[in-house]
Amino acid sequence: MISLFTAEGLAGLVFLFIVAVTVGGALIAVGSPRLPRAVAGLAICFIGVAGLYYFLHSPFVAVMEMLIYVGAVCVTIVFAIMLADPGDEQKVGRRSAVAAPVGFGVGALLFWGMAMLGIKTMWPAAAAKVNTGSVTDIGHALITNYGMVFELISLVLLLAIIGSLVLARAGRGKS
Amino acid sequence: MTLTEPWRVLAFLVGIIAFVALNAAYLVWLERKVAGHIQGRIGPKEVGPFGLLQPLADGIKLMSKQLLVPKGVDPLLFKVAPLLVLVPAVMSFVTIPFGENLVARNIDIGLLMIFAFASVNVMGLLLGGWGSNNKYAVISAARAVSQNVAYEIPMLITVVTMIMLTSTMNLNEMVIQQGGGILNWHFFANPLMPFAFLIFFVCALAETNRAPFDLGEAESELIAGFHTEYSGMGFGVFFMGEYANIIIGCSLAVILFLGGWQSPFEFLSDQGLWGVFWFLAKVYFLIFCVMWIRWTYPRTTLWGLLNLSWKILIPISLLILLLTGAMIKVWPLITGAS
Repeated sequence: MISLFTAEGLAGLVFLFIVAVTVGGALIAVGSPRLPRAVAGLAICFIGVAGLYYFLHSPFVAVMEMLIYVGAVCVTIVFAIMLADPGDEQKVGRRSAVAAPVGFGVGALLFWGMAMLGIKTMWPAAAAKVNTGSVTDIGHALITNYGMVFELISLVLLLAIIGSLVLARAGRGKS
Repeated sequence: MTLTEPWRVLAFLVGIIAFVALNAAYLVWLERKVAGHIQGRIGPKEVGPFGLLQPLADGIKLMSKQLLVPKGVDPLLFKVAPLLVLVPAVMSFVTIPFGENLVARNIDIGLLMIFAFASVNVMGLLLGGWGSNNKYAVISAARAVSQNVAYEIPMLITVVTMIMLTSTMNLNEMVIQQGGGILNWHFFANPLMPFAFLIFFVCALAETNRAPFDLGEAESELIAGFHTEYSGMGFGVFFMGEYANIIIGCSLAVILFLGGWQSPFEFLSDQGLWGVFWFLAKVYFLIFCVMWIRWTYPRTTLWGLLNLSWKILIPISLLILLLTGAMIKVWPLITGAS
């Protein structure tokens, strides 16, 4: 048993707090009938996940999680909700009677599978620090090891840009 | 003087919060003084010498006011929104180097971290506007977001240019690279940098919702924008968040372009407290410019604002990015240097 007032004990406490934030945010996101509140829960969940990444010595991923998921994705969702339906909250469509048990069953199965995977796998010991995380390292990684992924992502982004341009153009009259 | 780690963290925590709160209070005073002098008045003068105790009186007034939660609002989001604006701003101070050794956490990806937390700010405005259940607040929140999204792009492109130039995201390292006099500042690194600085500064103005880009709280159309329904300290916290964001924007501009805590001339010291002095002097000069602009230019229209970003700032910043990349990589190949 680790004492609470050591570095490990405090780190464990912080870890538990981060997990609580993540799970709590997720529960709000799923459970709230009001859409903006659900998105706020989602944002809290993302912040918790970012905390987990930081806890795992990956500050870069943590910061990216904040920047992209909280700063871009959640804001876009709230924005879309606000433009579509600024007024009354809408009832989520009626659920069928089997929805809850089946959902719980699938969730439990997934949780069990992931947990077993995590426990049974022989994980290689993580290096204390993979690299210095400098801009040069990221650049090298992007155009050597992950060159293919990088190209594919840029292709997806290009398509997204063209798609949004087409959509925006269609909304405009012939002027 | 060295402190052990927990005490150092505690000292920085208290120091940063005090810095933010004091600045919020006295920047309001400064703003009123500047506005007064620009308009041929003298600003606050009754409370204390030069009205210096005015912020204190304002603070007491705000704190003693009732916190109204109107009917029909979303009580949780309504209460959380001001915090969502203030807390990320305070977090961003963690990695800002006030002096050579005066930085709470010298994070390798500090620049990225500041932008990560700055992006949460928009969420606060949105939820506050929506949670108020008020038409004006919702319109204002929608405006604030479209504005923030539009101006984040040229700002980030400019920042990427600076990262290419410095090849680091550690703010203190960036400042150290600019040592040795005013001509080594990144502002003079190449002929494009003054334009990059201008773009960054305009974007910082827009990101912090300052006039002439304060479409989010255009009082002639929207009463007070997203904080229409807030009373007392709820409004006060929004305001503190706004000023904290202005300080961060100006600090970033100083760190990226104007040499951070480095002194402008080599014969002037920037060791110890002198570094803090130079840093704060530059930051406050920029803040003064922000106020100067606010009281000089009228508010733009929403279309003008969005056009400025999408049609002017983004193409120019992309061009600067390309040309800077060319200068860094292609120019040495042509001239055969290095």
